[in-house]
Amino acid sequence: MSNAQELYPRDEALAPRERRVFTFYLVTALVVFVLMMSLGLVLRLAQGDWLTLSPAVFYQVMTAHGAGMVGTVALAACAVMWFFLRKYVPLSTTIFAANYALFVLGAALILGSIFLGRYGGAWTFLYPLPVHSMGLWSRNAAVVFMLGYLSIGVGFLLFYLDAMRAVIGRYGNLGRALGLQWLFSGTIDPEHPKTVVAGTMVIIVNSIGTLVGAVALVMSIVNAYYPSAVLDALVAKNLIYMFGHTFINATIYMAVIAVYELLPRYSGRPYPISRPFLWAWAASTVFVLTVYPHHLLMDYVMPHWALVVGQILSYASGLPVFTVTAYGALTNVYRSGMRWSLPAKLLLLSMYGWAAGIVPAIVDATIRVNRVMHNTMWVPGHFHFYLLLGVLPMVLALMFHVVERGKRPAQRSASERLGFPAYWIGGLAFVTAFLAGGYASEPRRFAAHLPAWLPYDRWGSIAALLVIAAMLVFTTRIVGGLLRTPADAAVADPGR
Amino acid sequence: MSAQNWIGAITLVGLAAVSLGFVYVLSQAGRTADPARLSKASKTVRRWWFWALIVLGIGVAWGTLKPFPIPPQWSPLQAAQTVDVVGQQWAWSLSTTHLAAGTPVEFRVTSSDVNHSFAIYDPQGHIVIQTQAMPGYTNKLLYTFREPGTYTVRCLEYCGVAHHVMQTRFEVAAAATGGRP
Ligand code: HEM
Ligand SMILES: [Cu+2]
Repeated sequence: MSNAQELYPRDEALAPRERRVFTFYLVTALVVFVLMMSLGLVLRLAQGDWLTLSPAVFYQVMTAHGAGMVGTVALAACAVMWFFLRKYVPLSTTIFAANYALFVLGAALILGSIFLGRYGGAWTFLYPLPVHSMGLWSRNAAVVFMLGYLSIGVGFLLFYLDAMRAVIGRYGNLGRALGLQWLFSGTIDPEHPKTVVAGTMVIIVNSIGTLVGAVALVMSIVNAYYPSAVLDALVAKNLIYMFGHTFINATIYMAVIAVYELLPRYSGRPYPISRPFLWAWAASTVFVLTVYPHHLLMDYVMPHWALVVGQILSYASGLPVFTVTAYGALTNVYRSGMRWSLPAKLLLLSMYGWAAGIVPAIVDATIRVNRVMHNTMWVPGHFHFYLLLGVLPMVLALMFHVVERGKRPAQRSASERLGFPAYWIGGLAFVTAFLAGGYASEPRRFAAHLPAWLPYDRWGSIAALLVIAAMLVFTTRIVGGLLRTPADAAVADPGR
Repeated sequence: MSAQNWIGAITLVGLAAVSLGFVYVLSQAGRTADPARLSKASKTVRRWWFWALIVLGIGVAWGTLKPFPIPPQWSPLQAAQTVDVVGQQWAWSLSTTHLAAGTPVEFRVTSSDVNHSFAIYDPQGHIVIQTQAMPGYTNKLLYTFREPGTYTVRCLEYCGVAHHVMQTRFEVAAAATGGRP
C-alpha cells in the first residue's frame, strides 16, 4: 500500500503505442458522447413539442441514441479496465486496438442501417420487430444493424478473452483471481489488486453475456432470411435481455475500477482489500447473470419462480453497492483530509449516482410496482441516473486524472469551476424529470406526448442543455490535454 | 393512496437517505481522524447497516409477493367477466368494451405480430395495471375496477413507427348492486 498516496505511479505510464490507442478510445468516446447527448436532447425537445420530428425519424434517433450510448459507454469503460488491469497482467495492445477497430466498423454499420436504411427497431431489437417493420425499413437494414452489433460483440469478446488468458496466466484460474479461496477463511493477500477482482468478474459475465447475445443475433439473422425457422418470441426475449442487461451492467463494473484505484490516491488513505469486498464481487458475478428476469416481470407466462427470483435477486444486488462499494468509498474519504480536485469530485459523484440511481431501479424490480411503472419514463429515469451520474463520471475522472498531471492543485480550471456544477446539477434535474414523468404514468419511447406530460419533457430539455454545455467544456479540456502532451507520458512522473 | 403515490414516497425516502449519507460524509471529508479508530467504527456500522438492509429486503419481498401479484396462468380463473384482447401493429381489438366495476375482469392478452404491452390507464390518466402482449402466448390479467368511467388502453412496448398512437378505450359501468359510490 506504499504507493497509495502517489498520484501517478510509474507502472501506469503509457508506452507511445499504448498511449495512441488509449487516446483513440478516449477521444472517440468523448466526441460520440457529445453527439449522442445532442441526439438525446433532440428526442426530449420533440417529446416536449419544442421541435417537430416525424415519428419515423424520432424512432431512428432513439435507436441511434440507445445503441450509440450503450456501445460508447462500454468502449470508455473498457478503456478504464484496460488502463489499470495492464499493471497487473500483460494485456495485448494489439487486441485492445482490434477491439477499437471492430467497434468503429460496427458503429458504421449501425449508423448506416439507421440513417440510410431507416432502421428504427430500438437498441434492444426485440424479436420479431426487426423483421416486422410494416415497410418502414427493409430486412437488409435490420440485418446490417445486427451485423454491426456482432462486430462490436466480437471486438469485446476478443478483449475479454485476452484478459482472461492474461489473468489465468498470472493467477492460475479465474476463481483465484476473484479471491474465492479467501471467502471463508485464510489470510487475504493485502497486495491482491481490487482491479483484478473486478476485472475478472467482468471477464466472466461479459464473455457469457456476449456469447448469449451472439446466439440471439445469429438466430435473428437466420430467421430474417429463412422466416420458416421461426423463433419463440419469449425465448428470444430472454436471450436479448440476458445479453442486454449483462452488457450495460458490466460497464459500471469496469468503470468502477477507476474509483478503487484513484480514490485512495486523492484521499491519501489506503483502501485495502477485505473479505466483504471479495464477497461483494463474488455475489455480483452471480447476480449480474441471473437478475435479468426483472425485465420480464410483465410476461405473466414466464415461470413464476423466475419472476420471484428476478425480484429478490434485484434487491440482493443492491447489497454489494450499498454495503461495500459506495460504503467503502465513503469510509475512504470520511475525515481523510481530502484533497478536492476535479477527478476526486467526479469519483464521489459517480458513487452517489450509482447508489442513488439504484433506489428507483430496485423499487421498480418489485412485481407490484412494475405493474404500473414498467416502460414508463421511470425506467429511463433510473438508468440515466446511474449511467449519466455514475458511469460517465467514473470515466471522466480517469480522463481528467490523466490530463491533469502536473497541474498545481491551487489552479481550478473552467471544467472544475463551471463544468462540474453544471454537470451534476443539470444531470440531477434531467433524471428527476424522467422519474417525475414515470410517476405521472408518462410512457417511455413515445414520439408524441399528451399535453399533461409536456412540462416534464421541457424541464428535461432545459436540464439536458446544461449537461451538454458541461460535457462540451470537459471534452474541450480533455481532448486538448490528450493531444497536447503526448511526449511526457512515456516518462514516469515522479509524482507530487 | 394510489400505487404511484406509494412508490413515489418510498423512492423519495430512499433517495433522501442516500443523499443525506453523502452530504454528511462530504461535510466531514476535510477533517482528519485516526484511521485505526475509524476503521473499527466503520466495520461496526457496516454490520448493522448490512443486517438492517437484509431485514428490510426480506420484509418487503414477503409483503409484496404474498399473495402473488400475478394470477395463475395455467388454470381457469373463473372471473365473472372476460375480455379477449389482441394487439397488432398498431391497434387493439377487444372482444367487449363494456365492463362493470366491482367484479373481477379477466383479460386474455395476446398479439398477432410483434411484442406489445397492454396497459390500462384510469380516467385520471394513471396506469392501473399492464401485461405484455406476445405472439404465440396469452397472458391472463385479472383486475377488479373500483371506479366507473372511460379507461384508455395504451401500448407500452415499442412496436414500430405508430407505437405511440396504438390505443383504444373501454367503459366501466358502476357496480350493479350499490357497491361503493
Ligand atoms: C444529456 C444527456 C442525455 C439526454 C438528453 C438523453 C435523452 C434521452 C431520451 C429523451 C431518451 C428516450 C426516452 C424515452 O424512452 O422516451 C433516452 C433513452 C436512452 N438513453 Fe439517453 N440521454 C442522455 C444521456 C444518456 C447516457 C449518458 C446514456 C448511457 C450511457 C444514455 C442511454 C440511453 C439509453 C440506453 C436509452 C434507451 C433507448 C431506448 O429506449 O431504446 N443516455 N435518452
Ligand atoms: Cu407498441
